[in-house]
Amino acid sequence: MKKSERNEIIEKLTQIGKDVIQAVERSEIPKIEIPSRTTSNIVYDPEYLCYVIGDKKVKRSAGNIRHIRRLAQLLRVARFCKEEMQKSLRHTTKRELYYISESWEKGLKFDEQVESDNIIEDIEAMIGRPREDFRIIPNPRGSIYGDITLRYTTPKGDVKEVNCLDTPDGQAIGPRISEAEIIDCKADKVIAIETSGMYNRLMEEGAYHKFNAILVNLEGQASRATRRMIKRIHELLEIPVYIFTDGDPWGLHIAMVIMAGSAKSAHINRQLATPDAKWIGVTASDIKNYKLRSDKLKEVDYKRIKELSKDPRYKKDERLKKELELWKNLGKKAEQQALLRYGFEYVVEKYLPTKFKELG
Amino acid sequence: MEKVRTAEELAAQQREISVAEFFEKNRHLLGFDNPSKALLTVVKEAVDNSLDAAEEARILPEVFVKVEMLGEDRFKVTVEDNGPGIVKKEIPNIFGKLLYGSKFHQLRQSRGQQGIGISAAVLYAQLTTGKPTIVESKTSPRGTTKIFHIKIDTLKNEPEILKEDEVKNGLKHTGTRITLEIEGKYVQRYHSVDEYLKQTALANPHASITYISPTGEKHEYRRAIKKLPKMPKAIKPHPYGVELGILMRMLKSTPYTKLSSFLQNEVSRVGSTSAEGICVLAGLELTRRPQDLTHEEQERPLKAMQKVKLMRPQTDWLSPIGEKNILEGLKNMIKAEFYTARTREPVVYRGNPFQIEVALAYGGELKEKQDAEIILMRLANYVPLLYQASSCAITKAVTKTNWRRYGLEQSGGKGMPHGPMLLLVHMASTWVPFTSESKEAIANYPEIMKEIKLAIQDCGRDLLRYIRKQARARRESRRLDIFQKYLPLVIENAEILAESKKKHNIEPILEKVVNADLIEEEEEEEIVGGENEEE
Repeated sequence: MKKSERNEIIEKLTQIGKDVIQAVERSEIPKIEIPSRTTSNIVYDPEYLCYVIGDKKVKRSAGNIRHIRRLAQLLRVARFCKEEMQKSLRHTTKRELYYISESWEKGLKFDEQVESDNIIEDIEAMIGRPREDFRIIPNPRGSIYGDITLRYTTPKGDVKEVNCLDTPDGQAIGPRISEAEIIDCKADKVIAIETSGMYNRLMEEGAYHKFNAILVNLEGQASRATRRMIKRIHELLEIPVYIFTDGDPWGLHIAMVIMAGSAKSAHINRQLATPDAKWIGVTASDIKNYKLRSDKLKEVDYKRIKELSKDPRYKKDERLKKELELWKNLGKKAEQQALLRYGFEYVVEKYLPTKFKELG
Repeated sequence: MEKVRTAEELAAQQREISVAEFFEKNRHLLGFDNPSKALLTVVKEAVDNSLDAAEEARILPEVFVKVEMLGEDRFKVTVEDNGPGIVKKEIPNIFGKLLYGSKFHQLRQSRGQQGIGISAAVLYAQLTTGKPTIVESKTSPRGTTKIFHIKIDTLKNEPEILKEDEVKNGLKHTGTRITLEIEGKYVQRYHSVDEYLKQTALANPHASITYISPTGEKHEYRRAIKKLPKMPKAIKPHPYGVELGILMRMLKSTPYTKLSSFLQNEVSRVGSTSAEGICVLAGLELTRRPQDLTHEEQERPLKAMQKVKLMRPQTDWLSPIGEKNILEGLKNMIKAEFYTARTREPVVYRGNPFQIEVALAYGGELKEKQDAEIILMRLANYVPLLYQASSCAITKAVTKTNWRRYGLEQSGGKGMPHGPMLLLVHMASTWVPFTSESKEAIANYPEIMKEIKLAIQDCGRDLLRYIRKQARARRESRRLDIFQKYLPLVIENAEILAESKKKHNIEPILEKVVNADLIEEEEEEEIVGGENEEE
C-alpha cells in the first residue's frame, strides 16, 4: 500500500473523531451517520453490475441509550486502527480485536465477537474502504501462482519482492501480499479455481505456462482479499479473468460473487467486484456434453437454484440464466475433477482451450 | 328383658340434654372443633370482650395476653384489660351462663357478633381440664379487686361459684383479668394466636396489645393512633333485612299493643303510611296485638314488608376503621414502601347497612417473599377472620380481580396474585352475613362482592401508579448511569482520534443528553446474512 493511500485512510478515521468533537464544541449531542447496511438499503447497480449500498443512513447518537455504548466502541476501534497504522506494521484479525477489547476502558469490552464485527463493518461503510485497508484482516484463504512479481513489506519493515512462480505451492494471499504492490507480470490471463485439487492439477500440468496464466486458488468461496487481488490484477494489467468451479449452482455463485460481489459486502463492493470476469464452468451443459460423472441434485440445490433465479445479478446474463434452467431440468451436478475421466492432461489439453475459444 | 320406659322417664331424660351436651355436639359451630382452633377461640373471645369493654367505656384499650404451655396439650390463657371492670353481681352471669347478655337481637356493628361468647370458653375449659375460670375485676382505681372462681352448672345453665374473694392489692388499675386452663394445641403461622393478635392490632390501631407466646416471646403492638373509633349505635332492623326468627321474637316481646305502632316503632324506616300498607298487604288489622299473632300470621307481615317501598336503612351509624387509621396501623406494623387505603361509602345489602374498607402495603420488608402469594387479611367488624378463606366473599373478590392490571403477577389473570403485598379487606356492618355459624367466612352477596371489588380497584389503581413511577425512576436512574459511564468514553476517544489538544467539558452535553426526551429509537439494524465468504 502506498504511503499516500495509507495517509488517506488515517485521515478518514481521524475525521470520525473530529465530527464528534465539533458537535461537542457546538454544545450539541454528538452523533455519527453510518450508511445503512439493512436489506432495504442494498440495491443492485446495473451499471456496475454489483450490489451497492443506497443512500439510507443510520444515526448513532450519544443521546440514545441504546446507541451510546456502540458509539463509544466504534470510536475506540477507529482509534485502535489508526494508532496501529501509525505506529506498527501489524495486522489484527477480527477475533484478535475481540480479545484486545478486554484491555480497553471499562465498559468498552465486547461481549460477543458479533459486536466488534459489526463495528468493523460500520467503519468500512463510513470510510468506504474494506477493513483490510485499516489492517483488520481475515484468516488468509486463497493463494496465487504464476509469473507475477509483488513488492511487500516484512513485519520488520524491510521491503522485499517475490515472484509467485518461485514459490513451491503458490503464494498464500495473506495480509502482506494483500497490500503488496504489483511490480511486474508477464501473464496475460487469470484463472481462478474453486478447489485445491484442480489448482494442483493445473500447476502440475503446466497450465500457467501453456496458457501464460496466473492461477488463483480460491479454496471455495473467495475471500475478500483474494477478490481484491483478482480485481487489482485485472484492472492494473487489463487482462481477462476466468473462473473455474465445480458444476453446481454453488460453484456458479462463487463465480458470481467474484464478478458482482456479495450482498453482505455491498458497502465496499466497488472495491471488490470484477464484473468482467468470465465463468468457465463446469456448466450444466458440460455435464451433458462431456458425459461427466454426476450426482443427483438435492433439495438444497434446487432451493439454491430457485433463489439465484430471482437474484438480479443473474437477470442480466442470458447464458447464466440458461445454465440455471438447464441444471434444474438436468437434475445433476458434477465436480471439476470429474473431467479426469479423460486423463490428467485432458483439462489442459482439451477442456480449457475449448472454453477460452468459446468465451473469447 | 328390657324395661319399657314411661313417657315421664323419657321427658326427664330430655331435660338432661344439657348445655354441656349441646356444646359437645356443636363444638364445631362454636369454634372449638380441634385443639389448635380451640386455643385461638378462647383467646379471641377474651380479647374481643376486653376491647369491647374498654371502648364502651371510652377508654383507649390496653390488652395483655399470655399463653403458657403447662403440658403437651394443656395451656393457661390469661387476658387482662384496662376496661371499666365488671360490677360484682354481674361477674358470675357474664362468665357462668351461656348466651347471657348476648348481643344477638341487637343490630349494632359489634365484635360480639363474632362468637358465642366468653362463657363458651369457660365451659370449654371446664370440660377439657375440669378447672374453673378465674375472673379478677376492679371497677374503681382505689377499690378492691373481686376474684371469682367460676364453673357453669351445665344442667341449669347457671354459674357455679367455687371461690369468691376480695383483695386490696389485686389489679393495678380498673379492668378485668381472666385466666383459663384449657386443652389445646399451639401452632404458628396462618391460623395461630400470634397471627390473630397481630391482625387484631392492625385492625384496631387505637389499641395496644402485649402478647407473651407459649415460647416466651414478647410481642408488643403499640397503638398507632390515640383516638377511639366512634361508638356504633344500635339501629332497629330494616324490614328488608329482618329474618323471621328475629321478627317472631320482636313480636312476642314488644311493649306496643297495636301491630301498626309496633311497625312504626320497632323496625326502621316505617311511618304510618307504610305501616298501613304492610298491614293491608298482610291481611292483618292495624290494631291487632302483635303478641297474639299465630305462627302462620307472623310470617305475613314479613312478606308484606318486602313489597312496600321504603327508604334505605340508616348507614351513618357504622364505624369503619377509617382510611387514615388503617394507614397508621399498617405503617406501624409493616415497613413497606407504599401504602394506600379506601373506605367506601356505606351501602346496603338485604336491608343491612355495610361499609367496605380496603388497604394495602407494598414492597419494603414484604419483598422478602417477593414471588409468594400476597398476604390477605380479612376482617369483619374489627375482628380478623383466619379460617375458611376460600369460601369467603373477600377472597373471591380478590381472586376475581385482574391484578395484572395493577402491576402484580397473577397466572392467567385470576386467582391469588403474587407479589410483595399485604392486602387488608374490612367489612363493617350491623349484620355480617357469615356462611355458617362458625362465622369465619363472609357470604358472597352481589352487593358485597361489588363493593369489595370497587374498593380493591381503587387501591389497585393507586398501586399501579406507584409501581409505574418506581419503574420509571429505575429506568431514569439506569439511563443516567449509562450516560455517565459512556459519554466520557465517547468524548475522550473522539479527542484522541481527532488529536484534539483541548480537553472538553462533559457536563453541558451530559445535561443535555439526560434532559432530552427519549430520542426516538432507531430501527434495529438488520445485518445481511448469507453468502458466508470468509471466516
